[in-house]
Amino acid sequence: MLNQLTISELAARLAKREVSAREAMQSCLDQIARVDGKIHAFISHDDADALAQADAADRALASGATHAQKPLLGIPVAVKDVLAVKNQPLNCGSKILGRFISPYDATVIEKLKAAGAIVFGRLNMDEFAMGSSTENSAFGITRNPWDITRIPGGSSGGSAAAVTAGEAIATLGSDTGGSIRQPAALCGCVGLKPTYGRVSRYGLVAFASSLDQIGPFTRDVRDAATMLGVISGHDGRDSTSVPQPVPDYAKALTGNIKGLKLGLPREYLVGGLDPEVKAAVDNAVKQFAALGAEIVEISLPHTDYGVSVYYIIATAEASANLARFDGIRYGARVEGADPIELYRRTRGAGFGAEVKRRIILGTYVLSSGYYDAYYLRAQKVRTLIRNDFLQAFEKVDAIVTPTSPTAAFKIGEKSDDPLQMYLSDIFTISCNLAGICGISLPCGFTQNPKLPIGLQLLGRPFGEETLLKIAHAYEQASLWHKEKPAMLNLN
Amino acid sequence: MSAAQFDVKYVAHLARLQLTPDEEKKLGEQLGGILGYIEKLRELDVTNVEPTAHAVPLVNVSRPDEVRPSLPHDDALRNAPARANGLFMVPKIVE
Repeated sequence: MLNQLTISELAARLAKREVSAREAMQSCLDQIARVDGKIHAFISHDDADALAQADAADRALASGATHAQKPLLGIPVAVKDVLAVKNQPLNCGSKILGRFISPYDATVIEKLKAAGAIVFGRLNMDEFAMGSSTENSAFGITRNPWDITRIPGGSSGGSAAAVTAGEAIATLGSDTGGSIRQPAALCGCVGLKPTYGRVSRYGLVAFASSLDQIGPFTRDVRDAATMLGVISGHDGRDSTSVPQPVPDYAKALTGNIKGLKLGLPREYLVGGLDPEVKAAVDNAVKQFAALGAEIVEISLPHTDYGVSVYYIIATAEASANLARFDGIRYGARVEGADPIELYRRTRGAGFGAEVKRRIILGTYVLSSGYYDAYYLRAQKVRTLIRNDFLQAFEKVDAIVTPTSPTAAFKIGEKSDDPLQMYLSDIFTISCNLAGICGISLPCGFTQNPKLPIGLQLLGRPFGEETLLKIAHAYEQASLWHKEKPAMLNLN
Repeated sequence: MSAAQFDVKYVAHLARLQLTPDEEKKLGEQLGGILGYIEKLRELDVTNVEPTAHAVPLVNVSRPDEVRPSLPHDDALRNAPARANGLFMVPKIVE
């Protein structure tokens, strides 16, 4: 089953010419045909284009191109519907973009293509990346491959489900408050949110510009290192991308974490933390100790304010960013007698409920008379949260937490209660506010039903090498990532 | 902040967002609850704390002011709902 290999496994077989890129791509498309009716990870996929890219990769391999030069040569990589891929549709899980076709490639897509990847498919997501369950898409819900009555997490639910269900070898998503790490945890794959500024946001449709970051979903930590190496780097087209050299992340995967210090924040033992999740994380901590890491209790005193700060800053930035969807330059339009009526009708008809909720909240916190009380105060508390982390990183090399307080919840369980939905992001949100990096990887399963549990590691700004080193050492010792959902075994 | 104090209609006008009466009612209730939760930020003393706009402070990012290739005109207009003579078409703004 080529579609279930890791990047490194598939690359090795492609390099030996045991298999072709076309066979690998076809294997993913066959799996999509088999399971995506149930999972609905994809909004659409252009098979002819994907196979043409695969044939081009096979020609490159035949003429001597290597994975040392092009690390993703012949590897099928699918992308979230928030990234621009030239001549492919882009909808952000929304009706408002109509029949939008991207006129250019996002920087990460250029980099994937330059690395030889077969870039295909539009992966489902919460509309404009707003949500934690992928129930907010105008194109229907995505289901968790471990239990199709449950959500896959969100907002990059399609990206996580596709990797877990064997529909792509790796995928890209975006993370504004946990939208890579939380679905990775709930679907049982590896999800990495790079440091703010590590990866160019050019060609990523903006949700909250000071928080958004693009990152990979993969089947193991080594693949995450490979993907990060490809997509990272300074880009003159994103003024917030940081001119910092890109290391060879794979070199960090030594398996040796002796003497590294891991912090356990006492504030993360909150009410609402599922006992099975807590037990799995406790076991992971014991495993780290057995591997020679030193466990240190730390404090992040402003943790409790993270969700409040996030829902002010993210919605404020979203209300400004989403002003561009006005029916004038692109997307769907509902006509009106004057431009104001046209805007109101277009936006009223084009946006879904959660997007409207956040635009209203964001507009309110920025409006005259409330700006200081909400937005400015939130920015100040953001400073306190960031300082908590920077102080903690003076004592420890990484911080260990659960990724999500519970395993995957039922479809519909929280969709009528936005605040409860927001609180499910409690462990992931601060990472974006602080601008640091984070990774989620499998650390166990609940008993009945069997659902994946995610471990989150948080690292210093531009500390991805250390983060990947620690995650990789744990993965080698635990092997949770080898578990597959029952639906894959049936095939 | 209670739902009654929260004027959804006015904020929706600012956001140029048409809402149905049902949406107005539901949003008013839900946002009242969310704003109530957010109120906890008032517990903190933020005197002398600088606001963070961006986590990675980069200052005066600029590049040389030189002509570079950009999106071809037709590509930029390709997704427009209405266009004419190489321009975006909009409803009449002044009589």
